[in-house]
Amino acid sequence: MSEQIPPSLATAGSVPPDPDAPAPLERTGKDAAPPTGGYRRLLGGGAGRNIGLVVALALLCVVGVATSGERFASIDNVMAILRLAAVLGVLSVGMTFVITGGGIDLSVGSVLGLASVWATTLATQTMAEDTHWSVMVLTALAVGTVCGLISGVLIAYGKVVAFIATLAMMVAARGLAEIIANRRTQIVEVNAFKDVFQAEVLGISASVWIFILVAIAGWFLLNRTTFGRRTVAVGGNPEAARLAGIKVQRHTMYLYALSGCAAGIAAVMMLARTNSGSSTNGMLYELDAIAAVVVGGTLLAGGRGTIVGTVLGVLIFTTLTNIFIQNNLSISAQQVAKGVIIVVAVLLQQQLAARSRRT
Amino acid sequence: MVNDDNSGHPSRIAPSERGGADPSADRPLLEMRGIVKSFSGVRALDGVDLDVRAGEVHCLLGQNGAGKSTLIKVLAGAHHPDAGTVTWQGRKASLASPVAALATGVATMYQELDVVDGLTVAENVFLGHELAAGGVTRRREARARTQEILDRLGHGDIPTNRDVGRMSAAGKQIVSMARALSHDARLIVMDEPSAVLDSEEVANLFRVVRELTSAGVAVLYISHRLEEIRQIGDRITVLKDGRTVASGLPAATTPTADLIRLMTGRTVEQVFPPRRAVPASAETLLEVEGLGLKGVFTDVSFSVHAGEVVGLAGLVGSGRSEILETIYGARRATAGTVKVAGQQLRPGSVAAAVRRGIGLAPEERKSQGLLLDEAVYRNVTLSTFSRFARGPWLNETAERAAARDQITALELRPADPDRPARTLSGGNQQKIMLARWLVHGCRVLLLDEPTRGVDVGARAEIYQLIHALAQAGNAVVVVSSEIDEVLGLSDRVLVIDDGRVLHSGPADQIDEHRVLDLVMEGSAA
Repeated sequence: MSEQIPPSLATAGSVPPDPDAPAPLERTGKDAAPPTGGYRRLLGGGAGRNIGLVVALALLCVVGVATSGERFASIDNVMAILRLAAVLGVLSVGMTFVITGGGIDLSVGSVLGLASVWATTLATQTMAEDTHWSVMVLTALAVGTVCGLISGVLIAYGKVVAFIATLAMMVAARGLAEIIANRRTQIVEVNAFKDVFQAEVLGISASVWIFILVAIAGWFLLNRTTFGRRTVAVGGNPEAARLAGIKVQRHTMYLYALSGCAAGIAAVMMLARTNSGSSTNGMLYELDAIAAVVVGGTLLAGGRGTIVGTVLGVLIFTTLTNIFIQNNLSISAQQVAKGVIIVVAVLLQQQLAARSRRT
Repeated sequence: MVNDDNSGHPSRIAPSERGGADPSADRPLLEMRGIVKSFSGVRALDGVDLDVRAGEVHCLLGQNGAGKSTLIKVLAGAHHPDAGTVTWQGRKASLASPVAALATGVATMYQELDVVDGLTVAENVFLGHELAAGGVTRRREARARTQEILDRLGHGDIPTNRDVGRMSAAGKQIVSMARALSHDARLIVMDEPSAVLDSEEVANLFRVVRELTSAGVAVLYISHRLEEIRQIGDRITVLKDGRTVASGLPAATTPTADLIRLMTGRTVEQVFPPRRAVPASAETLLEVEGLGLKGVFTDVSFSVHAGEVVGLAGLVGSGRSEILETIYGARRATAGTVKVAGQQLRPGSVAAAVRRGIGLAPEERKSQGLLLDEAVYRNVTLSTFSRFARGPWLNETAERAAARDQITALELRPADPDRPARTLSGGNQQKIMLARWLVHGCRVLLLDEPTRGVDVGARAEIYQLIHALAQAGNAVVVVSSEIDEVLGLSDRVLVIDDGRVLHSGPADQIDEHRVLDLVMEGSAA
């Protein structure tokens, strides 16, 4: 190093350290910066968006109490809501990763159905009876993961558009489930499996525990690991990620495998809840999962995802369903309400996004 | 809507006196006074004055963030000023909406060309004001009118039914200009029209601009390239921090140093710092041998020593960027080898190149380089976060610290590692890219158009940074469409045309004319 190299590797030589110079730059740059200070920062930040969801959920609860009183506010009912939320919740956590990574997975409902059927075939159940109940669980997880892996390979290496690849998987997996089950409902006969997954720990059922664990694991995976950082990078700007040396194709494949694995877990929970494997299990769940993820604040375009938001989105939808059931309202009316919620949530999100990006 | 008079009577409005700066020459076409515009309490425009005369090319200069974009949007009717007056041909005017602005006679050509791929040329020209009878588009008439306009622009050879998506950036620009004329625009705002063009296309653009102005149309021309402003401009208005700091400057004669001082408030003594000789004993860091990519370039060989800057000069489409991308492994070479410090690279693997210490700052920073919504530090550590991590767990504290070191070293402004990359200026975004590879410990830096979208004041800073990096023992390869930039920055220059190396030698033994001559001869051969 010689005196010709500016000490800071920069331009101290020719650009005098003018204390005023950076300041105007910063001032004029601020209109492009996210709003600072006060409630705007609160609403614009990740936590702020979640506060909005918590408020929405609280409002729904108020409506629930107002219309059904004790029946809604009871411990039993809250547990019912959580049990209902658990299956969708696990699917949605997996979906959060796929969407954050810039993709979409339409196949999770069908894969759930296929995994539930495969895990309850006579052969699997006999083997589980002979050896260990976990055979059923591993079967479901393997089926889900392999389905996701197939979609992932098609999307990442075959360059098939995610929408089409997973649409094909959605149709094919449902068909395969029907063939295997021969359109019959397969009852879960393995008592050890039922004992484990229908048990309650601390008054909370096993599937709710699984949901909680999956959500926590998902949060850490997305926010605290290199896997999560890669997911955000791949979803936010795949070209930049590739040129930074990230293996974008491989990571994309992993994301779908992860989502498929989540569908396998959800299948196990579904078996525990309904006691039966059926090719109709998980019908249209993919749409509910996508809706919950988007309402939760994950960008459908990729690059930004929130597990907390997803969990709140799932709770909002399940609470809504519960209120409608409590009040004997039709499923059709419930669907209209869901539609309205999706639109309102997305409109609000866009407003916040526009505010934080204005140039 | 199309006013055919213009083409028939080019002398109806006197053409401007080139270089004349007499403010009382004639009544301005457009007069803006004290324009103020705030966004959530921050003043983007804080008292802008602007006079544009009919038939002149009026240049608007200013650093990124000076308020040019906001002013353009005010003119286009996309933003409403909070205060100030707009006078159009002597009468008060309100540019209340994009439609109102077009009706007044102000048309805007945005930097990101706003043409619709998939529609034809004629459909794009009449987009938004389709010629129709009872809801049915009159396609034949639209095509005839489009043909007239294209003829006026000297581009009658463009078929009116061509799909715009298949046209080059230069072609799209002509379509955008034709659209402006289809609105009978008297003032056309051109936001960095030359940014996507090579020098031949720029010459063509200037020819069209001159034709427009001789027909009395005024052009508000925004560009970072001062030499263009000298060539085409009549008068200059300079913005700084949302205010007009100078107006009516003669474009041809105002000294560069004055313009830079007005824009930045600082004095820049030298644009290109002097180079020191690279010691002959310096280690060879990058060796490219017989590299080829089928159909794009063939037989490219050169080497770069530690401390050396090698420039690739050539026109857009000559294969320069592709050469960089192939060295980097973003494209798989069909012939030849790349060695870094003696070690041969696996072809077609970015990960391998990065591992061996090559870093690329791509041409399109925003679409190829950055995660715009992510914090600065995450952009800096995009290729190294796994290295900071403990197993699968991220170590964001270490990432921030590493980013902060580079922010200090490169004088990134604002010096905030948590700010989204989107909010930084072009020059500072480029520094993020450099910081990324410095954190990585890269010793070979491939810089594709390092000053694109970087304003004049910040350019000198980037130049000095590149030199400092070379001085610190890195090997740097620079690609730029601006030949003077390549020559000024590099120790050695390769002149590329049509995928072949035409010339290779020391930068101080070749000048811009010689480079262009080589390229022209090369094309003719």
